[in-house]
Amino acid sequence: MRDLKDRPPASGFSRREFLKGSSAVAAASLAAQQAVGQEKKQDSAVISGWTEITLNVNGKNEKVKVEPRTTLMEVLRYQLDLTGCKPVSLDGSSGASTVLVDDKPITASTTLAVAVKDKKIRTVESLGGPNPDPVCKAFVERDAQQCGFCTPGFVVAVRAFLDKNPGATEEQVRQGLNGNICRCGTYSQVIQAALDVVNSNK
Amino acid sequence: MAKIEWPSADQAAIIGKRVTRTDGIAKCTGEAKYTYDVNLENQLIAVGLGCPHGHCKITALEAAPAQNVKGVVAVELLKKAGDEIQWEGEILAVVAAESEGAAREGVARLREALKIEALDVFVNDEDLEAATKANRISKGGDKVELEKEPGDDDDEDEFIEKEIARLFKESKHVVEADYGIDVITHCCLEPHGSTVEWKGNKLNAYLSTQNVSGTDEGFAGGLGITADDVTVTCQYIGGGFGSKFAPDYWGITAAQIAKKTGRPVKFMLDRDQELKLGGSRPSGYIKVKLGADENGIVQIWDSTHWGTGGVSSGSVSQAVIPYVYTPKNYRRVATNVSVNAANARAWRAPNHPQGCAITQTAYDDLAAKMGADSLEIFKKNLVNISNPQFKQLYEEEMDLAAKIMDWKAKWHPHGKGKANGSVVEGLGMAIHTWGGGANASTAIVRIHPDGSVSTFCGTQELGTGTRTCCAMVTAETLGLKVEDIDVNIGVSTYPFSGASGGSTTIGAISESHRRAATAALNQLFEKVAPKLEAKAEQLVAKDGRIQSNGDSKKGITWREACTLLGMRPLEASASYERGAQSPLSSSQVGGVQMAHVAVDKETGVIKMKKFVVVQDMGLIINRLTAESQCYGAAIMGIAYALFEQRLMDPATGRFINAELGEYKLPRIGDVGEIVIELYEPEHQRSRGVIGLGEPPVISPGAAISNAVANALGVRVPVLPLTPERVLAALEKA
Repeated sequence: MRDLKDRPPASGFSRREFLKGSSAVAAASLAAQQAVGQEKKQDSAVISGWTEITLNVNGKNEKVKVEPRTTLMEVLRYQLDLTGCKPVSLDGSSGASTVLVDDKPITASTTLAVAVKDKKIRTVESLGGPNPDPVCKAFVERDAQQCGFCTPGFVVAVRAFLDKNPGATEEQVRQGLNGNICRCGTYSQVIQAALDVVNSNK
Repeated sequence: MAKIEWPSADQAAIIGKRVTRTDGIAKCTGEAKYTYDVNLENQLIAVGLGCPHGHCKITALEAAPAQNVKGVVAVELLKKAGDEIQWEGEILAVVAAESEGAAREGVARLREALKIEALDVFVNDEDLEAATKANRISKGGDKVELEKEPGDDDDEDEFIEKEIARLFKESKHVVEADYGIDVITHCCLEPHGSTVEWKGNKLNAYLSTQNVSGTDEGFAGGLGITADDVTVTCQYIGGGFGSKFAPDYWGITAAQIAKKTGRPVKFMLDRDQELKLGGSRPSGYIKVKLGADENGIVQIWDSTHWGTGGVSSGSVSQAVIPYVYTPKNYRRVATNVSVNAANARAWRAPNHPQGCAITQTAYDDLAAKMGADSLEIFKKNLVNISNPQFKQLYEEEMDLAAKIMDWKAKWHPHGKGKANGSVVEGLGMAIHTWGGGANASTAIVRIHPDGSVSTFCGTQELGTGTRTCCAMVTAETLGLKVEDIDVNIGVSTYPFSGASGGSTTIGAISESHRRAATAALNQLFEKVAPKLEAKAEQLVAKDGRIQSNGDSKKGITWREACTLLGMRPLEASASYERGAQSPLSSSQVGGVQMAHVAVDKETGVIKMKKFVVVQDMGLIINRLTAESQCYGAAIMGIAYALFEQRLMDPATGRFINAELGEYKLPRIGDVGEIVIELYEPEHQRSRGVIGLGEPPVISPGAAISNAVANALGVRVPVLPLTPERVLAALEKA
């Protein structure tokens, strides 16, 4: 698979683009709103059309090209080839696109790329590598996966949940991981896997 | 000489053990590439424009509005002015662009310019009277079976009516009731779709499919080329459940756009399109009258049922009415209702979950009416079942399930349990059956001079752990470890292996890999025999060695044995033909499930407390992934029993809850405790491998509905058992 991050966007930057299409306007104003209140005032400048920003993803600064309407998920999947973040629901209700932004789980499908440019983004790929995260290992041991399409989102959600609740009980696991949908029905083993990680830290 | 048979349970080194998936870490970390994840250089992203109305005529549809959008490269119109569309969501046009944002903007422009003339819509599949009035019904088949034969002079129809009336008159207990189960969708988390590219006149199609070996023909037929010109690849699929057997017209369209533009194209359905077009399961609604003798054994069943499979696909087959139980006398009539929705597709265990849900509920209501223990009624009626030879198996499984559920201690007659505030609890059960015989499959096993082993088979990893099972069977046969086997599946140029549908894959790949590995091993034995001064037929492969049977000292390591191959790898291929008698596989399973629920009479909310799955499947290959199939099936069953349903707007025919926020599926906190008991006594193990994907998903609807009826003393007739329906049933009672 080719690394796609160097591909230039097809449509160029243009001021006139700004007022075209309500979605772009809404996106731009949302981005502007989100920028307000951040430390640097100049960040609240209106952006439109294609522009280059830098995102900090898995500890690396990545230059990416975005429009105001570009979601974080599109950037991760199409420009950085980080496809562990899955497109399942446009409304984020499946949790399949869960990534960590400043250590908090969010759905990348409902987050604009421009809104996270000064934040630390961690995707499921950061939990892999030669020595995978204990959550991944526990998922495999318990077979907390079938087709696996929801699994990366679930792994990130469990990681975030356990970071916050390292001593979670079974009841807390059952109550705290309701942001992710699995269609194959792996919930029972996800519960077991999460508890295995809790117990291995005791 | 290795024979075509399975090792005994105590001799097996790998078969039947708990083996973690060889691709488990890849799936957990995003390393596994699904069709949606395949990013090809210079690819275009395609998005479809769905029809906004359930039944309409297109009056204006133009490509131009999208062509003007920056970044849009191609617009393909699939329909034109004058075309009549029969369901919402049908794709009218496809926009391919440099980015998803541009493609969506292009679709938005097309939608603004689209003009339609709305036509009459019918979506009310539950109301047979309305469907009849609207002229939306057709015959769905019927069958009458009576012990008594008509006399020579009898009019047959008259005789049937009279005989049925007589049987009811003689019945000690009669139940008359209505039941139902709504349409649900497959709702694959990875939507249907493909990423395609042309290399000259050859098509490379990355397709989300359950049918790797068969979809090359599907593309070829749609594009006017030959199957040899198409390579279909699917290493991972994000759910299929019976809905992903073909490239579909959207796959063909992607290939056409790729041809026209000279660029790769990714075209995946949107979530709402996945729910509207990607596949649905027919509904079933039934009016039943049954009569039983003083022991509660059903003597006569008389039912008429209906439901919809979309515009032109059928309802639930009459063959599964009543389900598993087959009284000596019955009449069953099926009617199809046509609604403005895309046609249904095979949904995990086609017909069976609905058949179970709308008939074994009646058996439970018989128990309720008699004030009897449901388990006793389900057990007694085993005297009349579709596979009489399974009576003992069901009895054993019922006893086992009852023990795990602690049925005896927990049981109370329907509606007579102790209430805890507004919460009442109840137990319910159901039983099922499925074929699951092996599909056709061919595998190649290659043993290399360096000792490595690779296998090739055009099957697919559906999520069931097929890749791991291919490695397990090969490793067991060759006396190696699972990690020693390099498994190659998921490409249509590999040897043919049947589609993964109907629980046919585990049998298929077990047959082909066991046979091919055995053939390869026998060739290796011929090479090794002279060196060991033994006869090839005396050799065995065990623990990474080739040795004389009974004298482990007389042997060499696997690696050393393979050096005898010289420079070229050894290769063997073997096939299994569907339906062939084999010591390795067979078909037909039973299965018993029990549910324990708590129902809040004030809110109508049902909570799963415990769910017990007892399932036979012949010989188990991988105990870990076999259990996962059962866990998953139980949860999918909880989904259709309590949560999911397609909701249609009667005015516009729109599927109004086609997003995951509104299409309710259970979440981790909704499933309660689930206990899986794989039932593999020697009398089952000796039957060989039988598929497991479908059977455990069949019983949950009836088992949960029966548990709710036991708790409330009132039947909530139609699944899913939403709080609204629970409250309505309580109010009516």
